[in-house]
Amino acid sequence: MSGSLSLPVREDVLAAGLRPRPNAFTRARRVIRLYPNILVGSVLLGLVVIAAVFANLLMTHSPTLQAPSDRLLPPSLDHFFGTDGQGRDVYSRMIKGSQLSLIVGVGVSVITAVAGGLIGLVAGFMPRFDGPIMRVMDGLMAFPSIILAIGIMAVRGAAVSNVIIALTVVNVPRMARVVRAVTISTKEMQYVEAAQSVGISTPRLLLRHVLPNCLSPMIVQTSFVFAEAVLGEATLSFLGAGAPPDVPSWGGMLSESRIFLRNAAWTMLAPGAALTLTVFALNLLGDGIRDLLDPRLRNR
Amino acid sequence: MLAFIIRRCLTTIPVMLLVATGVFLLLKLTPGDPVGVILGPDASEDRRAALRDQLGLNDPLLQQYGRWLWDAAHGDLGDSLFLDRPVLTAIGQRAQPTLMLTAIAVVVTVLIGFPAGIIAAQNRGGWVDIGTMALAMIGISIPTFWLGLNLILIFGVKLRWLPVAGYKPLSAGVWESLQYLILPGITLGAAQAALLARMTRSMMLDVLNQDYVRTARAKGLIERRVVYAHALRNAMLPLINIVGLAVAALLGGAVVTEQIFNIPGVGRLLIQAIGRRDVPLVQGTVLVTAGIYVLVNLVVDIVCAALDPRVRQS
Repeated sequence: MSGSLSLPVREDVLAAGLRPRPNAFTRARRVIRLYPNILVGSVLLGLVVIAAVFANLLMTHSPTLQAPSDRLLPPSLDHFFGTDGQGRDVYSRMIKGSQLSLIVGVGVSVITAVAGGLIGLVAGFMPRFDGPIMRVMDGLMAFPSIILAIGIMAVRGAAVSNVIIALTVVNVPRMARVVRAVTISTKEMQYVEAAQSVGISTPRLLLRHVLPNCLSPMIVQTSFVFAEAVLGEATLSFLGAGAPPDVPSWGGMLSESRIFLRNAAWTMLAPGAALTLTVFALNLLGDGIRDLLDPRLRNR
Repeated sequence: MLAFIIRRCLTTIPVMLLVATGVFLLLKLTPGDPVGVILGPDASEDRRAALRDQLGLNDPLLQQYGRWLWDAAHGDLGDSLFLDRPVLTAIGQRAQPTLMLTAIAVVVTVLIGFPAGIIAAQNRGGWVDIGTMALAMIGISIPTFWLGLNLILIFGVKLRWLPVAGYKPLSAGVWESLQYLILPGITLGAAQAALLARMTRSMMLDVLNQDYVRTARAKGLIERRVVYAHALRNAMLPLINIVGLAVAALLGGAVVTEQIFNIPGVGRLLIQAIGRRDVPLVQGTVLVTAGIYVLVNLVVDIVCAALDPRVRQS
């Protein structure tokens, strides 16, 4: 009799509970097997980080030294990816360009996460500010993002810091929306009410109790903002509205390569491939992290 | 429905007001004196003062702001500093290439995105699915300008199938005009097609798991009818929204594509205007683009509401 009433025993669940907690290495291996996107994305991104950090060791020539006698040399052992229209080594410029991409990517995603997170928390938690804040965000989102970024660059002038500002302004509204949505649903939860009833201050409540709930969507959003920022920097540089011309940038290199398409196509190969690979890695990583944090979305 | 349309239209007013304010501030924050740009560095102080007076630059900021809003609301965006014609006329003269380019890119997006997503969803987990999604991932990651340069290199320079760059107006003949827009259209549409393919697949998987799809299968419908008549119809709703967003994104993306292919559209006009510090033209172009963007979003919302009563009520 008792047998028919008892729930079926899931042997695998039981076994998992009895097994000793796997060590970090085993767990990491399991994550990688379940989420290959994360592995491939991190390896590719790791290559870019290595290129940026050890740029001085990896470069074979000066990335900015012009050598008119070496103009448009095809790839060779001396110049792995050839030389550009001003005799500069394309390989070394590609390595150096990774620094700008990563600086802009990290800068934009960190500032966007902090600013967008705060705006979203305040808008979601305090209905008084919700309307005005979100209308301003709507206004910012009413511009096609690249046009807004170009406009800001036109006002502020060519500088790396301005590229970061322009791309941050473009991305903050989306981050704020994500955080606001989670905050609004978290606000209704009982533990938040409990915290309020014991008289906790609002900033403390937001940062200690509401924010942790927003973290996973924020992390996912940040990885996509990173990709957007790298792409945005290259786009601005390509249009001549990005970093100053003397800073090696993948987008700038591609812009210069346009006129040599017929006779020196190699000038566009390396920077374009590097850029595509970086964005690809970041998108893979973003997809992987999203699946990891919300397994319901796996295989979607 | 009418109530929804009216309510939705009203919400665009504050947004457009904010956009116009933003564009006005853009002008005010731009370094450099518009008077200096118009008259050149050698003009006498008297002439500068006279022109400044004439342009109303000595008035209080609020008054200038009010005038700008008033004029913009009446369709007067001022005159271009370099082109010697009203900003709106200058934009109108450049509109055709941009609209054509965007239209072709929308066609590319829809023709590739929908079928790819549906096929991937039908073959979930199989090689077709993995291959399609890998391609979509690359499509999202590849920068438009690099894709464009590669297409020019392959189809323009090496194979010589299509023109490398430039534009012929529609009046020169449909094919004559179209062949200049095929590569740009693919370039511009690729990323949105990839995005749409991913969303379509995800929506289809959602819908294919629903009970009514199982019922349709259980009553013996052929798979094609299950997928196209039952599942796709329900998956379409959110996807129409995505297509609308894609149209808006394509309008913005046209700036880059026009630059790659030397297409004389609104995007290139904007870049040239920035290069020459032609402030009214920059202002006008940004305002018109943002206005179209807001309009597209409005239309998308109304279409969605017309198709789905649930949207109307919320």
